[in-house]
Parts: sequence; structure tokens; C-alpha cells
Amino acid sequence: MSVRPLRAVGQVAKGTVDVERVRKDFPILHQEVHGKPLVYLDNAATAQKPRAVIDAISRYYLDDNANVHRGVHLLSERATAAYEGAREKVQRFIHAAHAHEIVFVRGTTEAINLVAQTYGRSRIAGGDEILVTVMEHHSNIVPWQILCEEKGATLRVAPMDDEGQLLLGEFERLIGPHTRLVALGHVSNALGTVHPVREIVEMAHRRGVPVLLDGAQAVPHLAIDVQEIGCDFYAFSGHKLFGPTGIGVLYGRSALLEEMPPWQGGGDMISSVSFEKTTYNKLPHKFEAGTPDVAGAIGLGAAIDYVSGVGLSAIAAYEDELLGYATEALRTVPGLRLVGTAKEKASVLSFLLGDVHPHDVGTVLDRQGIAIRTGHHCAQPLMRRLGVAATARASVAFYNRREDVDALLAGLHKVREVFA
Amino acid sequence: MSPDLRDLYQEVVIDHSKKPRNFRKPEGANRSAEGMNPLCGDEMTVYLKLAGDVIEDIGFQGAGCAISKASASLMTAAVKSKTRTEAESLFERVHSMLTEGPGGKVDPEELGKLAVLSGVWEFPARVKCASLAWHTLRSALDGGGAKVSTE
Repeated sequence: MSVRPLRAVGQVAKGTVDVERVRKDFPILHQEVHGKPLVYLDNAATAQKPRAVIDAISRYYLDDNANVHRGVHLLSERATAAYEGAREKVQRFIHAAHAHEIVFVRGTTEAINLVAQTYGRSRIAGGDEILVTVMEHHSNIVPWQILCEEKGATLRVAPMDDEGQLLLGEFERLIGPHTRLVALGHVSNALGTVHPVREIVEMAHRRGVPVLLDGAQAVPHLAIDVQEIGCDFYAFSGHKLFGPTGIGVLYGRSALLEEMPPWQGGGDMISSVSFEKTTYNKLPHKFEAGTPDVAGAIGLGAAIDYVSGVGLSAIAAYEDELLGYATEALRTVPGLRLVGTAKEKASVLSFLLGDVHPHDVGTVLDRQGIAIRTGHHCAQPLMRRLGVAATARASVAFYNRREDVDALLAGLHKVREVFA
Repeated sequence: MSPDLRDLYQEVVIDHSKKPRNFRKPEGANRSAEGMNPLCGDEMTVYLKLAGDVIEDIGFQGAGCAISKASASLMTAAVKSKTRTEAESLFERVHSMLTEGPGGKVDPEELGKLAVLSGVWEFPARVKCASLAWHTLRSALDGGGAKVSTE
């Protein structure tokens, strides 16, 4: 992360983000909170939505709303085309080989639970091991704990160094003859560390172990190619990718999804039902019981179009520069300690300010219009490893500017004043 | 500082958070309870030396934000040598002050030093921080047992 001067507006070359133009697309950013201009730096919790997403959802309800996959009438055909069109957008976005490898779910949490309850329940037995890392979000810990408890399996935990980087040698040693699955985040939600997932997938595959990646914090910031990474499952949420809440994606390799038993039973996931025998629908519908979140999928499709229009490589480069600027800025605040200083990071700045509790930092910043997250970030085992109860976390998106970082800096000086 | 922040972080609050009173396990403590705020992971233990119905001594330990520490510190000072009933009635009134604000049924003036927490009601996200110690005290008076939670 080097700190380079940003080009002035109007001189933005192709392949970079025109932040002022982009900001106009996000209506929510243009408001005051507590009498101060909103500075939204809580993007790792949820991202704001461009007008294109809000409009796509409205348009669907205004013009096309109908149930999918069954109607003979025009509205149902339009709704089905839009819903399945969204699936193809997701496929292209993460470079999956087939659209039927994309399963719509409620979010990352549901995607991981789906894998635990289908793949996990049919493949994991007593004495088996599942390997996660110390940096995982609770949603990539608890589903595996539930499974391990049921099956008599063991959850193993890969360690990290003090910068927040995985110890790859240790990681490799932990993949043993009993390991049945490796599950880890692509980008740490609490620290922002970008893990070398390709290397890890190769490591696991050499031992015949499949890998699930929690991509919730990765998709908004990095270009994803699941085939290049080589992972077996990839999960992410729409709402962190500038799409609506309530929709998310599980990508699974065809061969694995085919072999997995269904999860929830109901309409749409069957081919035929009788009291003697029910046969299940083909992929991906086998895993989508009941009327899906059609509007959510369409909104997610619109978000993918929007993000693709800005350009993932441009976003990554812009954010990297902004994160570098923010990192240097925060280092100038007396008593501030950055938590998570990995070489490869995306979006996130976790920190502690002297002995001021992160909640107090958050409250003082909020009254200055600055939204950050404080607490354990649903990663209590990580907090324990770091020896802290909580941190303050600022996280940037491509609509944030240096001015936002400058406001955060001024806000932190205010915190120091209050608790002097 | 903006006036509402000054309401929340009054000097007395900052002072109690930095130098909490009764931040210890009292000698001869015969009751204790653990409390936690699952939203932030903050944990606190309240210790009591109960003689009959009277809180003869009280202390607390744990980590938390300025509001939760100051509230715990002020609480220990306020309930020492009070009866159990008096402490519980005080909690009721503190709770009203924290949740209802100036329009509520409690005049902060009658709560003495605890009135410095009257600004908390303007910060709904922080009411749980201010009430954690009191919930934990109530649990200790009831004999401890399961960890209390603000959720």
C-alpha cells in the first residue's frame, strides 16, 4: 500500500474510479446525521445501494412481479427470465463454469449452513476433522461446531501471526489424514487480511480435501474467479456487494452439488412428488425450496452490473490507495494501535485508541457523522487470540474519499479530547 | 465538544471510568454474579458481602466501556449499606432515568450522584452499557447462578 496523490476530478483516466461521479449514484450518502455530513465507513457490515439497484427492485415490483418457474402467463415468464438472468450475471461475475452452480440463498451464513447440513452431514463421520482458521467470522465457525457435535467430528483451528497473517506451514501441517473439509474466509472481516486462497486450495487439494471460501468480505473489493482459485464452494452476501439484504450466493462445483442431498424440502426443489417416492429437481433448483427472493436476486444482478461498470480492477486499485492513505493517517494519531497489519489487506482498518473503549470511540465519532463498527465483529475467538475484548473498525468502499479519512482523523482527535 | 456528548461524558463519568470506585473483590464477599453484554463482549463480575438484608460491602471487576465502568462504579457507591429492597427500588428509578429521559417519571435530582448518567437516554445504543452493572447486581442479590445478559 503506497500513498500516491489522487488525480484531481476531471483528470481521471480510464481504469480508475471517478469517485465524485460514483457518489452521485448513491442517494443515501448525501445526508446529514447529527447535523454533520454523513461519513459512512461501515462498509464491511453492509454497503450502501446505488440508485440502479433500488430502481431495479422497484421496477420488478411495479411491472413484473409474479411467481417464477411455474406460470404460463407473461408476468411469470418475465419474472423467471429476470431471476435466471440474475443467476447468469452471478456466474459471469465470479467466473463459474455453469449457471447451475449458482444457488441463491439468504446470505453467506445460509450458504455455509447449507454446505454443513448437506455436504457435511452426508460426508463427515466420527473421528473426521474440519479445518478453519482463528480469524473466522462466527458464521464460519458455529455451523461446523453444530455438525461436529452431531457427528463426533473435531474442529481444528489454523493459527496466525501477530500481524494477522495465516501461518501457512502450520496450516499445511493441520491438513491431515482425517481432514474432510477446509473452510476459511477469503478476506478477514475483522482485520482485512487477504488470504492466499489459491495456495491454500492447492495445499488442500494435494491431500484430496475440498475447500469452502467465505467470500463475504472479498467480493466487494476483489475480482473473483472461482475456477482460477480452484475452490469447491464459494459463499457471499448480496448486501455487502451494494445489493439488497436477504439474498446471497452459494457457488459449488457441479460434481459436488450433484452428489449432495437436498437441504430444505418444498416446492420448486422437486421433479415429482408422491407419498411413495419424491424425486428431486435438477441443479440449482434442488437447493432452492419455496418461492425464492426474486426481487433480491434481481437487485443483486443490478448491483453486479453496477460494480462491473465501475470495474473491479479499478475498484481494487482505488481502494488500495485509499487504504494506504488511511493507514498512514491513522498512524499519526497518538496512542492509536492498528490491529491487523498484514501485507495483503482489503478495505478494513481495525484499531484501538489508547485505553478508550471502542464503543466510546464509536459514540463520539457517530455524533460527528462518522459511522464505524465497534465490538468483536462476530469474531470472538480472534479477539481472544489478539487479547482484546473489541476493536473499532473503519472499512472503506469505492465511494469513500480522502475527505472521509480526514474526517475520521479529526474525529479521532476529538475522541482523544473527550477522554484526555 | 457538542452539548449532547458533554451530557453523556460528564466529567464525573470520565473520572469514575478512569478511577472506578470499589474495583475489587471485597473481603468476605458471599455473593457474586457475572454479567455480559453479548453485543460488545464486555463482561463484569459484581461481588456482594450481604449481611442479612443489608449490602455491607460491594465491589466489581471486569472490562468495559466508559459508560459501563462509570455506571458500575457509581452503583457500588450508591448501594453500599443499603438494604436489598432499597437497592432494587433504586435500580427501578435508574432504569426509568436511562430509558425515559427528562419527560419520565423520575427526577434525576433525587438520584444524587447517579444523575450524571441522565444523558445516556439520548444514546439508545448505550443504555445497555449503563444498565449492565445493575442487572448483574440484581442477579447477585438473587444468588448468582447463570450469567446475566443484557440481550
